[in-house]
Formats: sequence, C-alpha cells, structure tokens
Amino acid sequence: MYRGGEGQWAWILHRFTGLGVLLFLVIHILDTFVIVFGPETYDKVMALYRHPLFRVSEVGLAAAVLFHALNGIRITILDFFPEWSGRQRQFFYGVVAVFVLVFVPSAYVMLKPLF
Amino acid sequence: MAELSAAGGHPRPTSGVELYAWLFMRVSGVALLFLVLGHLAIMHLIHNVDEIDFSFVVARFENPLWRMYDWFLLMLALVHGMNGLRVVVDDYLQRSGWRILILVGLYALTLVCFTAGTYVVLAWHPGS
Repeated sequence: MYRGGEGQWAWILHRFTGLGVLLFLVIHILDTFVIVFGPETYDKVMALYRHPLFRVSEVGLAAAVLFHALNGIRITILDFFPEWSGRQRQFFYGVVAVFVLVFVPSAYVMLKPLF
Repeated sequence: MAELSAAGGHPRPTSGVELYAWLFMRVSGVALLFLVLGHLAIMHLIHNVDEIDFSFVVARFENPLWRMYDWFLLMLALVHGMNGLRVVVDDYLQRSGWRILILVGLYALTLVCFTAGTYVVLAWHPGS
C-alpha cells in the first residue's frame, strides 16, 4: 500500500478514472456495433447522447480520460527515470496544472451548445 | 497488495508475462495518449455529438486510414483497460474463489468486444 499524500491520491484517482473509462469503452463498442442494424436504429441510439444528462457525462468522461492520460505519463516517466522519483510530488502538481489548462477550455466548448 | 512505486504505480516485475504486461501498459499508454486525446478532440471539440449519426460514420469510414486509426484505438484501449481491470481484480481478490470465474468472464467480454469492434471498424460497409 501507498502511505498518504499526493502519491496516494494520484493512485486512487488513477484506479477510479481507469475503471470509469473502461466501463464507457465497453458501452461505446456496443453502441457503435448498433450501426450494423441500419441508419434508423443507429441514429436513435446516437440521439441519446444529445440529452443534457449525457452532455454533462461527456464532460466527466473527458475529465477522466485526461487525468488518467496525464497521470499515466507521470507514472511512466518516474518508472523509467527513478532518479526523479524524489520529485513525484512536483510531477503530480504538474499533472494537475496541465489538466486544468486543457480541461477548462475543452469543457467550455463541449457545454456551449447547452446554453 | 504489492508495494507501489513512488509515483503510485506497480513496481516493475522482474520477469515473465507480468513484466511484458507491465511494459505493455506503459508503451500502449503513451500511444493511447495521442490516439484517445486525438479521438476526443475530433469527435467532441472539432465535431460534436449533434453531428455524429449514421451518415457521419459512413463518410468517415470511406477513408481506410480512419478505419486503421479507429482499429488501433479500439485494440490498444481494450487490451490496456482489460489488463488494468485484471490487475485490480488480482489486487483485491487474490484469495477469493470468485477470482477465476471473474477473470474468465473478463476475458470472454474482451473477446466479444474485440470481435464486434473489429467487425464494425474494419469489415462493415453500409448495406452489408
């Protein structure tokens, strides 16, 4: 087990975002498969994603993917350059900073059609 | 549960299948950073869910390069995600009798998703 601090938060968030994104991936493979049943059925399923509830979930999905991707890069860098592992906390704040910089404008673009 | 590295990842296994799985997670992770964020940028920032329908997908799939892009994305994301879930199952259900049953279910679901996804992305054409 990891004991306390940023490393543990990063680990917990990495697990939960990974499981969440995987759940959506399975749903997304199935919803895309519906295309074999023709345009009427496929378009009916795609229309579900335009519901405001799904538009907000879409932003949540983007946040989960982005955090998991950035923190995964942090883990990979620290695994292959163990001499930097004393700075894992700074790397975590770097992840948070890049996350905010990319997420805020992206969320604005995705939610704009709702207003 | 095993000790974690300073970054909060599993430490590098010394050899065997687990070493390759560990390496795969990191190499596929770097590739997925570009593939997934590219996919999200195209589908949710440049286009959006208002535009995505049957004719959008058909037009996109006319270009075999997009089919290849989507297939690499599908394959790497599915194996990366399912291997991640396998690691989580092994962390929490090491001694449970459910472990084998859950892992078999997980591999079966992976196979179904891989087959269904590959068919749509590489083989399916409108009217087929």
